[in-house]
Amino acid sequence: METYSLLREFADSWMLLFLFVFFLAIVLWVFRPGASKEYRDTASIPFRHDEKPATNEEART
Amino acid sequence: MVNYFKLIALGLITFFALIAANYARDLAYLVHALIISGVSFGLFIWVLRGMGTVKVHAQDEYMDDVIRFGVIATAFWGVVGFLAGVFIAFQLAFPVLNFEWAQGYANFGRLRPLHTSAVIFAFGGNALIATSFYVVQRTSAARLWGGNLGWFVFWGYQLFIVLAATGYLLGGTQSKEYAEPEWYVDLWLTVVWVAYLAVFLGTVIKRKEPHIYVANWFFLAFIVTVAMLHLVNNLTVPVSIFGSKSVIVWSGVQDAMVQWWYGHNAVGFFLTAGFLGMMYYFIPKQAERPVFSYKLSIIHFWAIIFLYIWAGPHHLHYTALPDWASTLGMVFSIVLWMPSWGGMINGLMTLSGAWDKLRTDPVIRMMVISVGFYGMSTFEGPMMSIRAVNSLSHYTDWTIGHVHSGALGWNGMITFGALYYLVPVLWKRERLYSLQLVSWHFWLATIGIVLYAASMWVTGIMEGLMWREVDANGFLVNSFADTVAAKKPMNIVRGLGGVMFLTGAVIMCYNLWMTVRKAPAKAASLSVAVPAE
Repeated sequence: METYSLLREFADSWMLLFLFVFFLAIVLWVFRPGASKEYRDTASIPFRHDEKPATNEEART
Repeated sequence: MVNYFKLIALGLITFFALIAANYARDLAYLVHALIISGVSFGLFIWVLRGMGTVKVHAQDEYMDDVIRFGVIATAFWGVVGFLAGVFIAFQLAFPVLNFEWAQGYANFGRLRPLHTSAVIFAFGGNALIATSFYVVQRTSAARLWGGNLGWFVFWGYQLFIVLAATGYLLGGTQSKEYAEPEWYVDLWLTVVWVAYLAVFLGTVIKRKEPHIYVANWFFLAFIVTVAMLHLVNNLTVPVSIFGSKSVIVWSGVQDAMVQWWYGHNAVGFFLTAGFLGMMYYFIPKQAERPVFSYKLSIIHFWAIIFLYIWAGPHHLHYTALPDWASTLGMVFSIVLWMPSWGGMINGLMTLSGAWDKLRTDPVIRMMVISVGFYGMSTFEGPMMSIRAVNSLSHYTDWTIGHVHSGALGWNGMITFGALYYLVPVLWKRERLYSLQLVSWHFWLATIGIVLYAASMWVTGIMEGLMWREVDANGFLVNSFADTVAAKKPMNIVRGLGGVMFLTGAVIMCYNLWMTVRKAPAKAASLSVAVPAE
């Protein structure tokens, strides 16, 4: 089979499926238990460290 | 030691650029070779005079001076780009403005890419570089990575803009929309862009926050995707190393498809993803509350980047492109409506509980209307990508109106909002010089865009209907010149809309200038001794 047809077939079957499942997995992952609490913290990142970088002691892990 | 290598390199570049100027086969190349040799010679002197001094990068401070330069460059290129736009708008209404004495340099065909590149790449690009440098430092709680590399990105990008702009006027263009610069300018941009990616990624990697804030995801997608688009769409072979002309490796319909894959994703990743990064930082900051839904922002991100990349073929309906490809582009464009509006809702709802700020704070008003325009143009776009609608709208002024409601409304307004936020912070001022002037800017810009978009709807649909009108025998009723004559009043209204938008931007520049000059300094910054950099 020529390269074009091969890639074309791969693109609209396995690759399409992979991308779709990957996307669905992200959506499910976003709604995992405990996510809300974590995201509340992440969403407030812009309100910390306005003036200067965090020192090593302040660094959060 | 490094400085010696720099001197050798700069000396060699100066030398070879002068040789190139000597052998130049065309005017654009000649002028560019002279510019490059002049710049590298200037840098040579500058490095030589700075020998022995070492610039210290204090890791306990943010690197803000490069961002201050970026803010100034954004405002400057914005006014230049808007001015070019207003001028070419009036050239369309009054062809006499294509002056005979400037024929071949300042006629519409030469100035039009100058306008598009000045607003998208010079104004928008500088806004993106400056805000991404600001946001990535604040949200990573770390100083910009790479020391002086940030400066290289800034000045390297300005050189790219100057080379691109002078090239257009002198005829050095590869005639690909939004990718007009010729091969050596493309190569230079690639170098600058890799440095940009390194600075941004380096800062993200050394972050002191466990999570990468969503704005950085958008900025990163913008940088990486633009790199990919730029490389694929500019795979050219120069005819001569001493000339600006090059030939693209793609041909025919593949070339068209690659171009619009590039072109639409320049909109999707340069003008959307990058500016969404701005939205996700500056709207929460100005509203003083976190983004409405962080979960939605993650889904927004992945949905946008998974979908946008497929939408390009809708630029090629009814062409040699296979039907399946243009249908694919159309379907993905329509699906794209969902994440776009999800993002818009996320931006708008960030204000829930703080809607009263709209009354008192014209800066947040600016940001909110930009998100409103984002919603409007991401509704209009999918609609125009439907084949049946496209058969009427394509090649008409409707497209131009659509682009401008997105670019002036969404990109322009969110950038103005970010500049109004950044200037007092970066220059350590208590507040802006005048909120009343911000209100003036807001209303001038908004009414200007409304005039622009409304006149382009009217003229676009009129033009589309006139082109397809046939009489009982199947002959076309109108000649092309008939449509041009019929468009004159709308072209004038469009020009006036542009004048209002430009006036607003000039008012902004005055206001920002006076903020730096006259607004009271921030009290806190006076008590803390700032170490000299």
